[in-house]
Amino acid sequence: MLESVNVSLESLNLITLLPMLIPVIGALLILVIDMFKSGQDKSLYVMIAIIFLFMDFASLVDSAGAFSQDGTVMGVFNVMLIDGLAILSQFIIVGASIVFIPLSLTSKRFHEFSYPEFFALFLFMIAGFQFMVATDNLILIFVGLETASLALYTLIAMHNRDKSFEAAVKYFTMGALAAAFFSFGSMVFYALTGSVEINQIATVLAGNGYADIAYVLVAVTFMLASLGFKLSLVPFHTWAPDVYEGSSASMAGYMSIVPKIAGFIVAMRIFEFLIHSGVEWLEVVLYIFVVVTMTAANMWALVQTDVKRMLAYSSISHAGFVMAAILIGTTQSNSALFLYWVLFAFTNLGSFAMLWISRQKNIPWYQTSDHSYNKFAGMIKTSPIAAVIMALFMLSLAGVPPFALFWGKLYMISSAVNAGYNALALIMALNSAIAGYYYLKLIIYMFMKEPIVGADEQVFTNNSSLPLRSIIGFAAIGTVFAFILVNPLLEFITSFVYNSGY
Amino acid sequence: MLDHILSILIFFPALAAILGFAIQKDSIRSYGIAVGAIEFSLSLLLWFMFDSNASGMQFMEELPLVPVFGINYILGVDGISLFIIILSTFFTLIGIASLGEMKNIKYMIITLLFLQMTMTGVFAALDAIVFYVFWELSLVPMLYIIGAWGGPLRIYASIKFFLYTFTGSLVMLVGMLFMAYFYYQASGVWSFALLDWYRLILPENLQLWLFAAFFVGFAIKVPMFPFHTWLPYAHGQAPTIGSVMLAAILLKMGTYAFVRFSLPLFPDASVFYMMPIAVLAIIMIIYTAMVAYAQKDIKQVVAYSSVSHMGVIILGTFALNVEGISGSVFLMLGHGVVAGALFFLVGVIYDRRHTKMMSEFGGLATVMPRYATIFGIMMMASVGLPLTINFVGEFLSFLGFYQQSHILTLIAGSGIVVGAIYMLAAFKKVFFGEVTKEENKNLPDLNKKELIALVPLLIISIWLGVYPKPVLGPINNSVESIVQLMHDKAITSEAKSRIPNLMKDVKSAGNSEEGAN
Repeated sequence: MLESVNVSLESLNLITLLPMLIPVIGALLILVIDMFKSGQDKSLYVMIAIIFLFMDFASLVDSAGAFSQDGTVMGVFNVMLIDGLAILSQFIIVGASIVFIPLSLTSKRFHEFSYPEFFALFLFMIAGFQFMVATDNLILIFVGLETASLALYTLIAMHNRDKSFEAAVKYFTMGALAAAFFSFGSMVFYALTGSVEINQIATVLAGNGYADIAYVLVAVTFMLASLGFKLSLVPFHTWAPDVYEGSSASMAGYMSIVPKIAGFIVAMRIFEFLIHSGVEWLEVVLYIFVVVTMTAANMWALVQTDVKRMLAYSSISHAGFVMAAILIGTTQSNSALFLYWVLFAFTNLGSFAMLWISRQKNIPWYQTSDHSYNKFAGMIKTSPIAAVIMALFMLSLAGVPPFALFWGKLYMISSAVNAGYNALALIMALNSAIAGYYYLKLIIYMFMKEPIVGADEQVFTNNSSLPLRSIIGFAAIGTVFAFILVNPLLEFITSFVYNSGY
Repeated sequence: MLDHILSILIFFPALAAILGFAIQKDSIRSYGIAVGAIEFSLSLLLWFMFDSNASGMQFMEELPLVPVFGINYILGVDGISLFIIILSTFFTLIGIASLGEMKNIKYMIITLLFLQMTMTGVFAALDAIVFYVFWELSLVPMLYIIGAWGGPLRIYASIKFFLYTFTGSLVMLVGMLFMAYFYYQASGVWSFALLDWYRLILPENLQLWLFAAFFVGFAIKVPMFPFHTWLPYAHGQAPTIGSVMLAAILLKMGTYAFVRFSLPLFPDASVFYMMPIAVLAIIMIIYTAMVAYAQKDIKQVVAYSSVSHMGVIILGTFALNVEGISGSVFLMLGHGVVAGALFFLVGVIYDRRHTKMMSEFGGLATVMPRYATIFGIMMMASVGLPLTINFVGEFLSFLGFYQQSHILTLIAGSGIVVGAIYMLAAFKKVFFGEVTKEENKNLPDLNKKELIALVPLLIISIWLGVYPKPVLGPINNSVESIVQLMHDKAITSEAKSRIPNLMKDVKSAGNSEEGAN
């Protein structure tokens, strides 16, 4: 006779689920609205999504307050883990989504935004990412990852161009492989330790002194490959440029920010305890991954002829740069990761939004692709303000002070210096110099070349509307005045990272 | 208001530049001149208020920027930076005033005003990160000036200029982060403030590494011998105003940074590297002088001669004594005035003939007598004729280095002779002889706009050559405190003996300075 399970509702601590449930409810509401009256304008769904995301954000502020009072909270059979990392990353996820979703309010009509399902899937995806970061249970991470990824594949495919189908299928196949790797890695960990919770795994492994180091390495290899796909680390990056190219510019910008921060959190949770307990093999491999990802992606970016593909490779390079934080694994480097990513989010959303407003229906003769460099030739003559803003984002990405990303790079390189990774610090600095070239190339095209005769001068603001312009203005202001933002941000992030034990 | 005069000096031109976007195209020149004049008067006011007898920092401002990480907005000037700031505001003013007709003149003036902001910022910053911010930011306006108004190879030249300096500065940034980390280890607080760093005494092997990291950044900017290849391209392609600002002010950032950062932070490393750097500087003096002699393009002659004289500045700086450093700081000003004027002069002839080839000219002295006179005087000043501004600086620099090594000083001095040869040869080709080309017969002489730029430079270069005291006095005061700081901080006995102790022989140092005057 089985004993009846007796769980009090209070010990479940259901409040920890609240931030994830809000977007789920929002998504369901959108579907319900569509059921009663279909064919409504996209602005309705955009606003509903924004409202729910704001509520989500508010509930995060709430749990941030609870965290700074009581520390880490567990809930729902200890599956949910609300620590500083979870809260910070959810802030980034939800915050970036709030800025992203109004990008669908373009002046031109796009196929995918006419479906309410687009917005429902979007909210489901956010919930997935939130689950992924707010737990240390490998199974829930997996569930969150798959919820989010499947939604994302569909969102890409809905863009409805030949290349988007290619992108979605490519992303899906690679994602499926990564998922298989992830589950295999988790399985080995479970076999070794009898648990799927990362802190349990860490305790058991430390308890037996890493007796089965060979199996640990097998598990780590699979985990690394799987997260490598998600974070587009070289050599698992091959999908990234094609997927960026195939999806709409706004979606590509989103993909460069939100899925990656979720991936970084998981990587941080899994790898840092392993590095700290002296799994030297992992340290060496991560070191190689970081350096190769940064450098190789930079080299590829140098030879691109399309701005979007260039930005795709540059995002890979930035991901490699930030991955260094996990390798270094100090409180400062982990804080630097969040700082970097917040500032990167500003700049990268801004630059992809600039591509988005210059989206054309048909590609004219002088362009080989959607956003080839020569499309931007002489932009300063035809639309000076747009050119200046775009140049601003490029300078920020290159790490020219005092723009946003400089402060992230500064703090990140400093964390490498402080942890004794001298060579790494120098490599990071030199990679920023290499990257300077391809960002500069766009500036050269915009400011120093003559406009192409017969080019459509309206193209740079073709797709713009008030919401899009506001978002770009917001990103630009954030990029320029980042130096005011850095100090409070750093204090907040450091206290959260430190208090969650990283 | 005067408590914040440095901030005003930095940000007033930037604000004016932003407002300048709203100004109608035909009125922008007057606006630019007005802003430049106000900025210049403010810098003169700074000099007026400056206490010449004090050696430390004045007009200090402090504002927390990222206090968690020890980054503060700290400004201040001493005798070393004061005059370079005045020089930069002066060059912005006459640069704008003498701008010839060109396309998009509005954007040019706005860019120059932004450039002015970054230049003042670099020389007034006393926090390493703030310094770095302005240092990097100064690349952007210059990139645009070369890339948008330059010659046929402008894009190549501007990218080369940007990437070269950008790479060097990033290495320097890593060095700064190390420095801050060592300061943190020593004191337990983060600080990027230069005056805090001055108090930190590092072991010699760390000094050597950090010196090297800073050296890469500074040496590319100067540019020193193996890193100088970007400069001829930049000068060759840049419009006149770009070359003038580059030679007069931007290159001085590198030599200024040596005096401000490398020497007082790493006294032992400075002594350790003194001879290798002196050898590089001498190669730079002689080799580029020879290259200059081989040029056919008059602007390249001026460009290489400017590199050559930067070598003397480096040599003086690494004399590590009061005469040498004072002389090199003074030579920075002199080189700024003279090289700036020479680039203006080359621009004058280029505007008229649209060629810079010396073979195209000849006999211009009869056609353009005023032009020939000013060119001649400036050329003499550049060669270092006594009673011109460069003589004082070069003499003091060599005097300083003579105390460290006789033989190297003699070799370097011979470079100056080569300098005289190529300059006179160039002058002869352009100005003397018969007027051979038909186009040269009716060239108009200097007009009013050009005289506005050139006459003040002429006056300065003679005035400060005859009577350098008002400028040299404050410089000397500040340099003395730096040299004393270096002596006190030095840990190796080699460094203690190479860097003079001024507490003991402050009188004799004063005497030799008197003698120099």
